[in-house]
Amino acid sequence: MAANIVTVTDATFDEVVGSSDTPVLVDFWAEWCGPCKMIAPTLEELAVEKSDKLTIAKLNVDENPETARRFNVMSIPTLLVFESGKTTEESRRIIGAKGKSALLEDLAGVIA
Amino acid sequence: MTKVRNVIIAGSGPAGLTAAVYAARANLAPLMFEGLNAGGQLMLTTDVENFPGFPEGILGPDLMKQFREQAVRFGTEIVTADVDRVDLSERPFRVWVGDDEHRAHAIILTTGATARMLGLPAERELLGHGVSTCATCDGFFFRDRPIAIVGGGDSAIEEAIFLTKFATSVTVIHRRDELRASKILQERAFANPKIDFRWNAVVEDIEGEGSVQLVKLRDTQTGDVSSLDVAGLFVAIGHDPATQLVAGQLDLDEGGYVITAPDSTATSVPGVFAAGDVQDHVFRQAVTAAGSGCMAAIEAERWLQEHAPGA
Repeated sequence: MAANIVTVTDATFDEVVGSSDTPVLVDFWAEWCGPCKMIAPTLEELAVEKSDKLTIAKLNVDENPETARRFNVMSIPTLLVFESGKTTEESRRIIGAKGKSALLEDLAGVIA
Repeated sequence: MTKVRNVIIAGSGPAGLTAAVYAARANLAPLMFEGLNAGGQLMLTTDVENFPGFPEGILGPDLMKQFREQAVRFGTEIVTADVDRVDLSERPFRVWVGDDEHRAHAIILTTGATARMLGLPAERELLGHGVSTCATCDGFFFRDRPIAIVGGGDSAIEEAIFLTKFATSVTVIHRRDELRASKILQERAFANPKIDFRWNAVVEDIEGEGSVQLVKLRDTQTGDVSSLDVAGLFVAIGHDPATQLVAGQLDLDEGGYVITAPDSTATSVPGVFAAGDVQDHVFRQAVTAAGSGCMAAIEAERWLQEHAPGA
């Protein structure tokens, strides 16, 4: 995994996401999810290219079902964006695999 | 402007990657746009039990990873992007990804097929909130909940069986009174105590605020409408060929599939070849897609020798 990507768990979610200086995009994924694997390289690129504007975090739903339940994630990949310091509610919800250009459109305003 | 390539391959399922292996080994230095849905439909499956050479079966995503590695090993250049537009009216053909223009003497189209949806407004609203087209991705979220799946083909029944790992019950909703799925799958499904069937039924509506609560079913014989309480609805009613890219440029049949010449992958435009599900409405198997991908690469190679010698 790219160095710019952090891993969050049920135990560390609030601390990691809540203490970030930049918005955090949390990628809810699992090993058995093909489309999650499809978007992984794009997220790694974004993590490098937008490192000053966005933190990218990965959360394995298999190992961390509580957080997935808490945010009512019922499909993966789901990407939730949390504004700096917020952990209660996401500002964006992106469901399903998308290409880089579509993803950048969905993130307009988060990463200008 | 970039140099003119020998061959550009659009799509990266079994057809595209097999074409890439053959084209690369023929020293054509193929350029592949693998697309957003790289790997194709097999990326959405679990165990593939009918691909020859894997007696114990293999996971769909793992199989595609191996296909890809083999294509790369022989020098295929792979770009992870969808092709946005093509111009097949003159040679070299032109292909755009965003504003980037690429040119090639030959094109192999292997864009495959995409999942068909029911077409209900509620389906779109609840997609990702209980409505799903990917059982392997989302089955996990319906542990100990009742769910339903629409469809009667191999995919629907495979997914129904898979979903019983999680759900309390799986109701198969099918518009006919018998399944189209292969006999071996039918037998497994009929023997599974968690699976039941609603025959001659179509989904009329999906209800729920923020998550699926029930589906309304209409009996195609009597017209009666009934409700089924489910937390999830999986849609597996088949696929449509992904030919929007070439509509109006290549001859398509009434189903939208690219028409290819008999015993060939040649399309209505010389130099453009089509392989896999984008041109196959009969077999639609990984192994037949791979076979036609091989044909396309060999035909492209021969065509290049005749029409773009020295390229």
